[in-house]
Amino acid sequence: MAISDLSQLVNMIPDGAKLALPPSRSGVAMAATRALAERGARNLHLVAIPTSGIQADLLIGAGCVSIVESAGITLDEHGQAGRFVSAVKAGTIRLMDSTCPAIVSALQAGEKGVPFFPMRGLIGSDLLKYREDYKVINNPMSDTSDPIVVLPAIVPDVTLFHAPLADRFGNVWIGKMRELMTLAHASKQTLVTVEEITDLDLMKDPLRAPATIPEMYVSKVVEAKNGAWPLGLDGCYDPDSVALAHYAAAARTDEGFADYLAGAIQRAAE
Amino acid sequence: MDYKSEELLICVITRLLEGVEHVAVGVSSPIPGSAALLNRALSGGTSRVTVLNSQNLQTLNDGAGELFDRAAQGRIGAFFLSGGQIDGQANINLVGVGEYPQQNVRWSGSFGSAMLYFVVPRVILFRDEHTRRTMVETVDFISAPGISPPEVYRPGGPYALVTNLCAFKFDKPRGRFRLVSVHPGHSLEEVLDNTGFEFDYPAQPEQTPLPEPDRLELLRGPIAAEIADPYPKFAKAIFGV
Repeated sequence: MAISDLSQLVNMIPDGAKLALPPSRSGVAMAATRALAERGARNLHLVAIPTSGIQADLLIGAGCVSIVESAGITLDEHGQAGRFVSAVKAGTIRLMDSTCPAIVSALQAGEKGVPFFPMRGLIGSDLLKYREDYKVINNPMSDTSDPIVVLPAIVPDVTLFHAPLADRFGNVWIGKMRELMTLAHASKQTLVTVEEITDLDLMKDPLRAPATIPEMYVSKVVEAKNGAWPLGLDGCYDPDSVALAHYAAAARTDEGFADYLAGAIQRAAE
Repeated sequence: MDYKSEELLICVITRLLEGVEHVAVGVSSPIPGSAALLNRALSGGTSRVTVLNSQNLQTLNDGAGELFDRAAQGRIGAFFLSGGQIDGQANINLVGVGEYPQQNVRWSGSFGSAMLYFVVPRVILFRDEHTRRTMVETVDFISAPGISPPEVYRPGGPYALVTNLCAFKFDKPRGRFRLVSVHPGHSLEEVLDNTGFEFDYPAQPEQTPLPEPDRLELLRGPIAAEIADPYPKFAKAIFGV
């Protein structure tokens, strides 16, 4: 794979875009994320579906992000996401804190083309207090007082993820990572990196087709071997815990992160 | 029989799960996860367990929202939450310390708490650091509230709080914790000294029962092997597998 393909892919993500990201265990396009940081993307509105880790942290550290909408940013067993925490303390990113099912439900509203989705919970939380776009209505189906939160639909400008397999028509097989299907349905554009591109037609394979995103939702596919590294890809490879621990340590300080990013970009260029 | 403090806590939580048909366990929860598996073993296989981020201890195949759909429908009987801060009304804070949003201590975020706390009937709060830093009078940020006004739909909520020092039950009508037992080696005075909120307690609180020898055997055998799936480091450190 030529690097120019990855840079073409990330050039389809305009500055200021609302960019949706999958959770750390569901096909994170890390190679493309490094290319996006290298390009110097700016003012991205990240929407973690519903959480993120090293991907969001790296983009925040590289100065690409102005808004973080998520239910959690964490490096899991490697601890806190250092660049996220540092940006919160410095006040350089706007936070749209939420809870996992609210983000997923709002994305489903985007998928269905409806303006909002109702959800139980949230009432009395400070999440609701600080989210002026979340409203409380009375359940219109009830004759008695029954307050319920409604969440505005999330329609990402771009979704970016990494999957095991695509075919030459642009159909993308996602296995059990069903949230990627919802993401592709809801997003205006879907950009995908894959481990492998096959000559078969995945939509004609009865075993693969139910877990395949049809090409009509997919804007571009680029082959990127180990494209989720240092994260893992379900059924293909495990997370590289040594590399993730190295990142976590580097991201604790401004200097450590700057060295890490310079090194990552240097390696990609070679 | 000698035991580790983690094994004691697993046995405490297991007793709180008795009779629950489906126990779900979130991320970073090896002790609650072990308790859920021990409860399943004791139930003769009638109790169901869902452990997030495991290969073989969950059947979720409809994406990031399925766990929450199951919970909203009432298919999950017990779940575990924690908090960087927990207060006397069972409010939990997973977001940070100081004035939001530019807080001086920031944690990862609220995850599923703000919905699961409302719909799962038996939410067990677990925190293995019981200090005035964690057990506070009032949380700085409410990720999910412990109690709600009567008109708010809330079949679920806090059931108990288990720490490294003791176990509380939550008295819903009164909106307060009640001390149930103090773990061996600890005292009521120690609990009072380390708790920032007021709670109810008897003059002579009971001591938490020791781990039952037959349960310890199950833990160190089949449960240790099962919990190694999502938590290999924990299984190695505690059970040596």
